[in-house]
Amino acid sequence: MTALFWGIVLRDLRLALRHGADTLGAVLFFIVTATLFPLALGPSPALLRHMAPGILWVCALLAALLPLDRLFGAELEDGSLDQLLLLGLPPALVALAKMTAHWLTTGVPLLLAAIPLATMLGLPASTLPVLLGGLFLGSVVLSLIGGMGASIVLGARRGGVLLPLLTLPLATPALIFGAAAIDAATTGLPFKPDLELLGAFVAAALPLCPLAAGAGLRAAAE
Amino acid sequence: MHNTAPGTGPDTPHPTPRDVPRPTAGAAQDGTPEGTALVVEDLCVFRGNRLVLDAVGFSLGTGGALLLRGPNGAGKSTLLRVLAGLRQPDSGTVLWHGHPVGADTAAHAARVAYLGHQDALKPGLSVVENLALFARAGRAGADSAQDSDNPAKDHAPGAQRGQTAWPNMTDALAAMDLLPLADLPARLLSAGQKRRTALARVLLARAPLWLLDEPSLGLDHAAIDLLGAALARHRAGGGLVIATTHVPLPLPDATTLTLPPADLHDEGAYA
Repeated sequence: MTALFWGIVLRDLRLALRHGADTLGAVLFFIVTATLFPLALGPSPALLRHMAPGILWVCALLAALLPLDRLFGAELEDGSLDQLLLLGLPPALVALAKMTAHWLTTGVPLLLAAIPLATMLGLPASTLPVLLGGLFLGSVVLSLIGGMGASIVLGARRGGVLLPLLTLPLATPALIFGAAAIDAATTGLPFKPDLELLGAFVAAALPLCPLAAGAGLRAAAE
Repeated sequence: MHNTAPGTGPDTPHPTPRDVPRPTAGAAQDGTPEGTALVVEDLCVFRGNRLVLDAVGFSLGTGGALLLRGPNGAGKSTLLRVLAGLRQPDSGTVLWHGHPVGADTAAHAARVAYLGHQDALKPGLSVVENLALFARAGRAGADSAQDSDNPAKDHAPGAQRGQTAWPNMTDALAAMDLLPLADLPARLLSAGQKRRTALARVLLARAPLWLLDEPSLGLDHAAIDLLGAALARHRAGGGLVIATTHVPLPLPDATTLTLPPADLHDEGAYA
């Protein structure tokens, strides 16, 4: 069963590698949108440093949404979803495998891209670990919630429009605590509670989101 | 309507019916003979407000084959999806060796090899890469079949796998004459070659129940002969085949179930 789980992940990673442009799209979007802020707000270092946590988090959130549309949509269109559901894995595990692949192909590159962007926006180097720790947990949450949303709107007309409307409100707690953690770290306040709340959010989403997503996949296959 | 003659194909290379299924409770009541693997009773499925399948019933023995015929929209594909467990019937039962299929869909999925309308191939991956995941699934099923291979538990999940001996990827590719194409990306394949790849996936599943939706779609004569050989070998090993078709398929002594046009059901759909 674990072999099949990692088989799906491996297959998606291989696909992501073959379609490199699609995979890089999310990261490039993240970099470009985050770079727009200094151009729009002006080059004041103090202002940028103050806004950096919010900018990075919002941009990461939106960038992670981009590939979600195709996460299950492509599988449904070419009939692969039926074959995945007939592998003998519970649908929830199929969904979790796809979410894992989404995190590996979107979340991890976003984390890496966040480092130069944080430097560009003038975040002190000492807050980098907090930023990355928060984004690490936050990107996991986004993959889980986003995968759930993607499976629920699967097969619906205008699913692409529905998806952000469904996913973004659910992701706001992660945004609040993630950005607050960096804020706390820059002002010297304790940032641990924020990160712990993010961790709690991951712990809750990890079992619940795949279950909901599995039900969504089953319904879409019917 | 049942066909209980394992290994009756004219050119069966390995007639090794490993598994001798016992009559099930349900089968005994119906008076169906031994070897009945799949029993479908009173299956009804709605699509929207329309009754697509109305009280469909049949039974199929090990090594049996059933051809689903009927005009477009008669519900042939829907019936296959219900049998695969991809869709729940609105009423009626599907029994596999006397066990209701809906009770454990994951276990049933392991017994099924499904070929849909679409070939479900990723254009960016090569033939082998497309099939790798499914070869893994077949292997997992075959392993668990060996683990639980004792006569007292022959209804254990996965126990029905591994009947047909398609040991590995090379054999499946060879059976569909895909070896020269193995490393070609699927986007370069022709329609018939894609269909053959999808058929190779069916072989790799090593499942006892094959559900084929128009398997010969796009195949040339040579490929249809390959399909016939694969079907004969599968049935010789005790496997079941249910296929929808509009053209003759190489399935000797298969029973035929003709579904009526869906329009006839309309007045029954809403009283």
